[in-house]
Amino acid sequence: MTDVTTELRTADGKSLKAALAASQVRAKRRAFFLVAPLLLFILVTFVVPIGQMLKQSVYNDAFSSTAPALDKWFQANPLGTPLDEGAYAALASDLKLMKENRTQGQAGTRINYDVAGTRSLFTSTARKINRLEPPWKEAILGVNEGWSDPNLWRAMRSASSPYTIDFYLAAMDHTRDKDNNIVPVNPNRAIYGKLFGRTAMLSIIITVLCMILAFPIAHLLATLPLAKSNLLMIFVLLPFWTSLLVRTTSWMVLLQQQGVLNDLLVWIGIINNGQRLEMMYNKTGTIIAMTHILLPFMVLPLYSVMRTIPPSYVRAARSLGATSWTAFRKIYLPQTLPGIGAGSLLVFILSVGYYITPALVGGADGQLISNMIAFHMQNSLNWSLAAALASLLLGGVVVLYWLYDRLVGIDNMKLG
Amino acid sequence: MALPAYASPLERIWHYTYLVLCGLIFFFLIAPILVIIPLSFNAQPYFTFTKEMLNFNPAGYSMRWYDLLLTFGMQEPQAERGWSWWMDVWQHATWIGVAKNSLIIGFFATIVATSLGTLAALGLSRPEMPYRRAIMAVLISPMIVPIIITATGLFFFYSKVGLAHTYPGIIMAHATLGIPFVIITVTATLVGFDNSLSRAAANMGADPRTTFFKIIMPLILPGVVSGALFAFVSSFDEVVVVLFVGGYEQQTIPRQMWNGIREQISPAILAVATILVFFSIALLTTVELLRRRSERLRGMSPG
Repeated sequence: MTDVTTELRTADGKSLKAALAASQVRAKRRAFFLVAPLLLFILVTFVVPIGQMLKQSVYNDAFSSTAPALDKWFQANPLGTPLDEGAYAALASDLKLMKENRTQGQAGTRINYDVAGTRSLFTSTARKINRLEPPWKEAILGVNEGWSDPNLWRAMRSASSPYTIDFYLAAMDHTRDKDNNIVPVNPNRAIYGKLFGRTAMLSIIITVLCMILAFPIAHLLATLPLAKSNLLMIFVLLPFWTSLLVRTTSWMVLLQQQGVLNDLLVWIGIINNGQRLEMMYNKTGTIIAMTHILLPFMVLPLYSVMRTIPPSYVRAARSLGATSWTAFRKIYLPQTLPGIGAGSLLVFILSVGYYITPALVGGADGQLISNMIAFHMQNSLNWSLAAALASLLLGGVVVLYWLYDRLVGIDNMKLG
Repeated sequence: MALPAYASPLERIWHYTYLVLCGLIFFFLIAPILVIIPLSFNAQPYFTFTKEMLNFNPAGYSMRWYDLLLTFGMQEPQAERGWSWWMDVWQHATWIGVAKNSLIIGFFATIVATSLGTLAALGLSRPEMPYRRAIMAVLISPMIVPIIITATGLFFFYSKVGLAHTYPGIIMAHATLGIPFVIITVTATLVGFDNSLSRAAANMGADPRTTFFKIIMPLILPGVVSGALFAFVSSFDEVVVVLFVGGYEQQTIPRQMWNGIREQISPAILAVATILVFFSIALLTTVELLRRRSERLRGMSPG
């Protein structure tokens, strides 16, 4: 043992350890540089837009940007201050500004999200504001008594700051009372909780149906000789490759009251012509069509797990005296669990965010949360509420995605 | 799965029931897709088989809905069908116009997704890649995040930066949606890649670029092409993003189908659907052939 202290060196005299570390850093950097362009691209086209959406869910300046005087008054006077002449003077000054910039509709709409039926207050009072004289309190209340509502002032106070969690409250069926306490909304207006519940319920039903339907065929495909199973695989892959709209259209054709399925049932004689089944524009339509569309996503992971299960295990169980049912339950089924888990999670994740199929075949009670987001984006134009609903959905999906990564691993995702 | 000779009668019955069940499930998978093909030749504007169709009476069938695909939106559909009529179709027919848009958007989105995705997949399959798991999770997420959320975010973002109602906007969005497919297929191909081949090339004096184009690329090409096809299909089939950030100029086939289904569904939609089914059969065949080729190249048995 001589000279333990002498370091190993490379040919050009550097320490071997340092040279190795340097080359590893270089290799790391090279690998990262290959990924960097895509990462940057995804950052711009995906991560930033999602960030924008999250911001929109807590940021809305539709009112705050149009009402500077009220904001000043709210800052000087805490909640509970009686509405004096100063408050109404600030309101009058802001209404004048709104009339000048034609923003009374925008501001009114923002307050209307919080306290229903208040948009017309803004538009009608702004129309007359230039004809009014101080004292402002009497003048404005003379135009419309509605301005004395303390809840309206509470709403204006919370909207005078662009940052708010009120849209999340609304998305979870809650609101604030006039003292700024968080309270649940009137039960007959509480629609979002029900909708989230229905989305989860329908997704579970669809996942279970997919599981029941996928198991036998995945098993058949995994146990048949390859030449035959590759042929049968077409039945799974063709729907997978066919346009979503095509598949939805064909279900519309099949399920209509005057459609193929009803005609067939009438022809066989199961139902009369007068009692054709309503299978579309309701939950049934959504469930049937989505089960069909998502079935390949269950079959493929199940199949790839079942392929790896050696058939000799079940045979061994049988030869040790197990009945075929016991052998299936105790030997085969436990080994397919990773596939069942992967497929179910994938199908569930995909179905909670489904939009197109429920929109086309779902009717009124087959709609999912995505359809409500689209409604607020395109029809009611309450973008912040849409963003809040979308963020809640996103939160749920991210948790499931994380679970999927932990249990299955994203690397193991297979496409055909 | 063969039935063993010692199977009891009960097992026999169960075995055949099971086969019938499987048959029914396969039928459930494929029948909805096939049923629209004959219906698209319906002579009547109905969505069900008429008596004439069931009797195979030629009068029950017609090409009128395919014809409508050409004439819809034309300036002079009644004119004589000569050179100028076809020019009119090419320039003004609505469905031809949206098909052109779909192809243009799909083509460029595929190019972007495939080039960036392949490069990234090469990096991701190197053992030295730092934060591999986290980066992979981010790159796959466009496939997992509900499309309505992506579309909502893009709507806010694009209206701010002025990309709304533009081709580049739609192409970038579609490329993003196609990237997970490219990553998944290309990394799957690279799993079986023998790294000593590229080392051998370097040993013989090839620079990294030559190694990539002469050694790596030919071997992973089948995976890259099927990833590209996946990316193309995901763009070709996408409607929600186009709905949210596309303008009148960027109407695509699925967008036009969506309009057609929502407003008044006519068998013309079934004619489009039939064409798309044949399109997907062609794509599926290509991908399947590529997969076999890739397995041969990598010396794996098919399976």
